[in-house]
Amino acid sequence: MSKKKVKKLVDEKGIRYDGRKFNELRPIKIEVGVLGNADGSAYVEQGKNKILAAVYGPREVHPKHLALPDRTRLRCRYHMAPFSVQERKSPAPSRREKEVSKVIREAFEPAVFTEYYPRTSIDIFIEVLQADGGTRCTGITAASLALADAGIPLRDLVSACAAGKVDGRLVLDLNDVEDKQGEADLPLAYMSNLNAVTLLQMDGMLTSEEFEQVMNLAVDGCKQMYQLQKEALKARYFEVKEAINQEAEKQ
Amino acid sequence: MTSSVVARLKQKKIAELVSLGKRLDERGLTDYREVQVEIGVIEKAEGSARVRLGKTEVLVGIKIEIGEPFSDIPNEGVLTVNAELVPLASPTFESGPPNENAIELARVVDRGIRESKAIDMKKLCIEPKKKVFIVFVDVYVLNHDGNLIDASALAALAALRNTKVFNYEVKEGEVQIKPGYKSLPIRNYPIAVTFAKINDILAVDPWLEEEQVMEARLTMTIEKDEKICALQKGGTGYFTIQQILEAAKIARQKAAELRKLVVKK
Repeated sequence: MSKKKVKKLVDEKGIRYDGRKFNELRPIKIEVGVLGNADGSAYVEQGKNKILAAVYGPREVHPKHLALPDRTRLRCRYHMAPFSVQERKSPAPSRREKEVSKVIREAFEPAVFTEYYPRTSIDIFIEVLQADGGTRCTGITAASLALADAGIPLRDLVSACAAGKVDGRLVLDLNDVEDKQGEADLPLAYMSNLNAVTLLQMDGMLTSEEFEQVMNLAVDGCKQMYQLQKEALKARYFEVKEAINQEAEKQ
Repeated sequence: MTSSVVARLKQKKIAELVSLGKRLDERGLTDYREVQVEIGVIEKAEGSARVRLGKTEVLVGIKIEIGEPFSDIPNEGVLTVNAELVPLASPTFESGPPNENAIELARVVDRGIRESKAIDMKKLCIEPKKKVFIVFVDVYVLNHDGNLIDASALAALAALRNTKVFNYEVKEGEVQIKPGYKSLPIRNYPIAVTFAKINDILAVDPWLEEEQVMEARLTMTIEKDEKICALQKGGTGYFTIQQILEAAKIARQKAAELRKLVVKK
C-alpha cells in the first residue's frame, strides 16, 4: 500500500501540511535511563519517530584483536525494526543502515574522549522502532543522551537535526513525506559549545545561497535540540536525587 | 612501498607542511594530482572508463539489463551503484562482501548521480510497471592511493557518458533486441570534490598518507549549474561552519575544472 501523494506540502502562508512553521521542530519527548541492562540509555520521540538508544561500555572488546592500544574502539549499530516502516523491512542490515551506522559513529568520535579508555570498546546501539523521516538525527540525539547517561566523558553533547527544501521553501526537521517529496534534505550533527559539525550529509539540489541558509537552519535546530537534551538529563538526575533522598528519610 | 602505517615523523611532516600551505608531493592545497581519463576500455561492458588520479586507479564498468521497476516509480529505470575494494588494490583490502568503506563509496557516488538527475530515468522505461532498463554501475578500485570517492565519481560519470543502450522493440509483451545502439540519456554532470582537514586546514584531493593523517574528510558533489547535489562528511574529526562554506567555494571551482576532463565539447 503506497500512500497517496500530498499535493501541497507548504501553503501560501508558509505553513507546512502538518501545521508547523518553516523553522519549527516536531513535538519531542525525551526520556533518559529507560533500559535496565544498558550502562546508559535514552528514548526519544520526534513526531512519529520512536527511537531507543543504548550504550554499553567502556568494556572488554570482542573480538579481542579489535582492541586499540591508545584509545577505545567506538562502535555503532543503527538498525530499523521490521515493523518501523509501512512495508516490512528485512531485519538484516541494509547498505543504508551500514552507511548510517558509520556516519553516526564518526559523529560521536570527536565528542568522546576516546583516549581515556585504551583497549576497551564503547558500543552504541540505536533501534528505530518507528520511522518517520530524519531517523539518523533522532538516533544521534538519543545516543548522545545514552552516552551521557552511561557516564562517559564528552566534550559536548552531540545534537542533530535536518533541514532542507520542500516546495521551494527552506524548512527545518523534515518528516518522511517532506523528505521523500522535497527537493533537498541535509542532516547535520553539531556540538553547540564548540561550533563543530560532526555529521554532514545532503541529498537533493541546493544553490550556494540556499546551502548556507539550510545549514544555518539546521544548526539552529541543533541548538534547540541541545536545550531539550540538557533538560531531559537534568530531569533524570533530579529523579535519581529524589529517590536517594527518600531512601535516606526511611532509614 | 605502500603500507597502511605512516611513520610518525612523516605524519608530523605532512601536518606541518599543510600548516604552511604546502604538501609533501609539492602540490598546493587546492591542487589535484594529475588526472587521466580513458573511456571504452572494456568492450563487453555497455560503458566503461578508467580514471587515474595520481597513483589511484579506478575502473568503472556499466552493464545494462532489463528488469522490473520499483513499485513507487513504475515509469522510470533503475540505477544501482556498487563498489568493490578488490584485494589487489591495497594491502589493507580483504576479499569478502563489501565493508562499510566500500558501501559508503558506492552510496556517495550513487547520491551524486541520482540527486543531480544525471540520467534521464524516464527514458529508460520500456513498459510502465513491467519492464525498464536497469543501469548497473560497478566501481572497481584497482590501486588505492587515496581519494577513492573523487576518482570513482569521475570514472562513473565518464563511463555513463560512454554508455550505449541496445535498440529494442516490444512485440506482444516481449522485448526483442534489435541491432544498433543509442547513447544513454545523460543530462547532468555531477563532480565530487573531496577535502581532507589536516591541522585544521583544508586540502583538496588527499592522497593515501594524507588520509591517514587527516582529522576529517568532506566530499561535496557539484552539478553542472554549480548547485550542490550531495555531501558526505567522514572521519573522526569535525568541521566548523566557516570551513564548510569555504570548502563549498573551492569545490565549485575544482568541479568546473574536473568536468572539462570528462565533458569535452
